[in-house]
Amino acid sequence: MSTGVGARPALTWAVHLSVLFLVAVWTTPTLGILVSSFRDKDQIVVSGWWTSFFPTEQNIVARAAPPEEAVEQDGQWVITGNVFEGGSGTVSAFGTSIQRPKEFEPGTTAETRDGQTITVQKNGDYVITYPEQPEGRRGERLFVTTLEPPKFTLANYNTVLFSEGIGQSFINTLTVTIPATVIPILIAAYAAYALSWMRFPGRALLLATVVGLLVVPLQMALIPLLRLYNGVGIGKSFIGIWLAHTGFGLPLAIYLLRNYIAGLPREIIESARVDGATDFDIFRKIILPLSFPALASFAIFQFLWVWNDLLVATVFLGNNEEQLVLTGRLRELLGSRGGNWEILSTSAFVAIVVPIIVFFALQRYLVRGLLAGSVKGG
Amino acid sequence: MAVTQATAAPSAIGSGLVSALSTIAVTLVVMAAGLAASIVLAVLAYALIMAILPDSKLLGAVIVMFLGVAACFGYFWSANKLLDTFYPARGANIAANLTKANAIRPWLFLGPAIIVLGLYLVYPVFNSVVLSFHGPTGQEWVGTYNYRWLAQDPAFRESMRNNILWLIVVPAAATFFGLIAAALTDRIAWGNIAKSLIFMPMAISFVGASVIWKFIYDYRPEGAEQIGLLNAIVTAFGGAPQAWLTVPFWNNFFLMVVLIWIQTGFAMVILSAALRGIPEETIEAAVIDGASPFQIFYKIKVPQIWGTIAVVWTTITILVLKVFDIVLAMTNGQWGTQVLANYMFDWMFRGLDFGRASTIALVIMIMVVPIMIWNIREVRKDVR
Repeated sequence: MSTGVGARPALTWAVHLSVLFLVAVWTTPTLGILVSSFRDKDQIVVSGWWTSFFPTEQNIVARAAPPEEAVEQDGQWVITGNVFEGGSGTVSAFGTSIQRPKEFEPGTTAETRDGQTITVQKNGDYVITYPEQPEGRRGERLFVTTLEPPKFTLANYNTVLFSEGIGQSFINTLTVTIPATVIPILIAAYAAYALSWMRFPGRALLLATVVGLLVVPLQMALIPLLRLYNGVGIGKSFIGIWLAHTGFGLPLAIYLLRNYIAGLPREIIESARVDGATDFDIFRKIILPLSFPALASFAIFQFLWVWNDLLVATVFLGNNEEQLVLTGRLRELLGSRGGNWEILSTSAFVAIVVPIIVFFALQRYLVRGLLAGSVKGG
Repeated sequence: MAVTQATAAPSAIGSGLVSALSTIAVTLVVMAAGLAASIVLAVLAYALIMAILPDSKLLGAVIVMFLGVAACFGYFWSANKLLDTFYPARGANIAANLTKANAIRPWLFLGPAIIVLGLYLVYPVFNSVVLSFHGPTGQEWVGTYNYRWLAQDPAFRESMRNNILWLIVVPAAATFFGLIAAALTDRIAWGNIAKSLIFMPMAISFVGASVIWKFIYDYRPEGAEQIGLLNAIVTAFGGAPQAWLTVPFWNNFFLMVVLIWIQTGFAMVILSAALRGIPEETIEAAVIDGASPFQIFYKIKVPQIWGTIAVVWTTITILVLKVFDIVLAMTNGQWGTQVLANYMFDWMFRGLDFGRASTIALVIMIMVVPIMIWNIREVRKDVR
């Protein structure tokens, strides 16, 4: 679709830049979680995730070994050690007073008023010399500025999957999602076929009802169903939530599939009828294979919806280890681990990674379904 | 089964009423038999498998999953088979049998859908109306008490105010950004990649999105290194960091941003398809007349897709009315951010007052009704 824009390079550039800006704004939030989930948990709290690709400058206060450990060498008393105490890093500057923590370059020698000399090397090794035997229990304070290399780790995933219960929740979510996606497809496909290609009184009324039910808010259904479940004895079980998701997804399923199935060419169905095929055969051998794109569209919708649902799972499933789904667990973590961003970001990423994979892999069907569901009247 | 066959036999020659009644009876019997057969078989199979296989939760779940789906398929198969056995398409009454079977079969196909829809969506609407006149446990009749309570409840007013804010801001912003994104991405070579990326938040759950955005709004006291992106930007420009989610009134907008972020992709995809459906001639004519790209967009293209814009707008509106997860996860209605859906949840789960919660749910329902009627009218136009 060329509208003469190509002729004006300035405008073309503006379009490219605006789109780039939009894309950046829309992807950065997710990127933040993704990057943070791989960061060291101590680094997350001291620096923004956007700095994590560069070495970070950190000011640390190290305490040298106590003076009583000084050993005599060539008439001087010497203490040696490393400011990182077993860790590693790169010193970019050091100082002897809190006012001037970056006074000296690594490798140079600082002299204090009482005749001590202090040297800190790049790798953190320090040497302190005293003119006479020092006294006291507390070591010299060393102000060191270090450059920490970017540190990425899988440790957060290890924690989250195996000790925060996200692994179990992942399985619970799968257990809820798969039947809750397949059952409504089956039920809706038969109903959609009947609504499109079979004659019976009340067809138009039924269709109108389905469209009306499309927008009924879930909130309406919760209390009556909760009471019903408790009355019947289903209580909080997977069967209960499968059926609930089936019920809530069914109007959209019937509507989408009917739009598609009603649009299949009449000749195919009529000629099959003439050949003596029953409705059951027609449905199984002709309609189902032909309406695969519509089935896939709805399957993706329902999958995303069930996987991402919090409300229905909170109401119809328990809060225990065997039944808590990912979204519920995430919400719980937001409450109990509000400040532990390494746990939160990693759990969030585990929870969103499957829908995102499904989304990118099957985007074509999703878009087709959206268009069928919205542009045509709905 | 013998009984129904007996009633079915005279109906082939009987009067209209008897025939209709017998048709309904046979339909119900076949449906019930199909349902019972498939459930019994599934339960038996489950018991058998669990007796043989070692006790394992995961395995049990997989088997239940599989059998649930199989039972569902089993219903359609067995009900259809039963019908064919009742009215075989052969023998002396083949014509009458076929007519009968054809009258019943649609209801067998529709049966599960009607039962599920009725039970899960229609019945609750009526039951909620009844419950709204009852007390906390749904037992004692309290008349219009819940409605009177609602009318003077300050938290309800706050929720209404916020819901109206959401209803104005979110659909408008999401549609606007979606339209801009659609118009821009359609003009460039890498537009499809850009579209995918803007569309992606759609796959993220509201709770996941809440975590993502809470991280952006994260607040550290002034002077400390900000790890939330928004405060980092604000302090980089010399501003003072804020605990964004607790700023009265404006925090509502910080919550809305999350939903706008999710819904823009949806608006973009639909509007982009609509924009591409605009006839080339109208645009070419405008180009020849010397219209600028902006004029073409606002005066030629947008007026031609008003219908689609309305659809996008109403779809997002319905979603906004039900918005719940974002508020629950980010503020739980504190600091003046309560909305109806979360308020209803509050009364249901923490207040344990089913009467009040049902009344609030009905308010949400009433707000949806105009859109419902509009949708039904559109579809009826379409079918005709």
